[in-house]
Amino acid sequence: MLSWTVSLVTAMVAISLILNLWRLFAGPDLPDRLLALDTMYINSIALIILLGIWLGSALYFEAALLIAMLGFISTAALCKYLLRGDIIE
Amino acid sequence: MNFLLELIVSIFLLIGGIFILVGSIGLVRLPDFFMRLHAPTKATTLGMGGLLIASMILFTVRESGISVHELLITLFLFITAPVSAHMMAKTALHQKNKMIERTTGQELIERARQQKAPDVKSSLND
Amino acid sequence: MLAKPRFKWLPMPYHSILLFVTWLLLNNTLAPGHLFLGSVLALGIPLLTSSLSKPQPALHKPMHTFRYALRVLGDIVTANLEVAIQVMGPIKNLNPGFFAVPLDLEGELPITLLASTVSLTPGTVSSEVSECRKFLYVHALTMKNEEELIQTIKQRYEAPLMEIFSC
Repeated sequence: MLSWTVSLVTAMVAISLILNLWRLFAGPDLPDRLLALDTMYINSIALIILLGIWLGSALYFEAALLIAMLGFISTAALCKYLLRGDIIE
Repeated sequence: MNFLLELIVSIFLLIGGIFILVGSIGLVRLPDFFMRLHAPTKATTLGMGGLLIASMILFTVRESGISVHELLITLFLFITAPVSAHMMAKTALHQKNKMIERTTGQELIERARQQKAPDVKSSLND
Repeated sequence: MLAKPRFKWLPMPYHSILLFVTWLLLNNTLAPGHLFLGSVLALGIPLLTSSLSKPQPALHKPMHTFRYALRVLGDIVTANLEVAIQVMGPIKNLNPGFFAVPLDLEGELPITLLASTVSLTPGTVSSEVSECRKFLYVHALTMKNEEELIQTIKQRYEAPLMEIFSC
């Protein structure tokens, strides 16, 4: 049963990644694309966690943590750039 | 026992997956940026919470020793999600993104963009 | 009122606890070696970095933070369900609104905590703080009554924070 559920949830996350990609290309303004990127990195963490459950290995945890940190920092840096035209003042 | 464990883990996984999907559907469906901002920040944090709880339960039982390091990602996401939402809302105000017409209180936007207090006469007394 | 360190060798006690717990969670173990290494890091890093930190308001009732965190966690679940239903429902019924909440809190840490809570919980996202730190601009996904929403934010979230920081 678990393998069936994991495949189903992976499909759901994949569909949401495709929807995010659509918003990334179609989004009318820059902040929309930024929001799509932000959602995309959270969804990719979900995908990595699901891969860890599927393979039964706790090794993927570190990759998920790294993506969480880098994703937040890149969102913050992009926001600062759009706000002020500069990242480190 | 084993069936019960799989049932609990599956329920948490399904909750997580549904919330992540709802967040992304909201991102596509809603009409303006400020409304779109609500769907991913709220729905996705709870979705990740569900997935990480499922992973925590599964690895705790399978590997005969508690596995709680997923809590770290959950905690990190719960701390950073509102911060990045706030920064993106600030960016959208700065870039003069339009809100849809039926949004109430649009006269405050210009004051908010300049980081000034709202006009006391017009907004607070009515 | 600002926090003052009680001991010279322990300049930031809450940061030390956080560092210790994070180290143990990161290594996912309770082995004695890691307990020792974690406590060395938890004592050493604050000593090196305490001169960089800004003074923050003192916690007056630290135990109340747990109650506040539990209340916010419960509200996150209910607010998420509400937002999910609103997102999937018909868009025509949504009436978004933009409004300003007058703040009684002072200090950067309490206002940051309130803004984060507002973003996480009741269908609202905090989008800007006025320069005088007296008003928080908030965008709501659907809004029936502006006064009611402002009162909810002030009573349910701001009042406990004022009690914790006593400002």
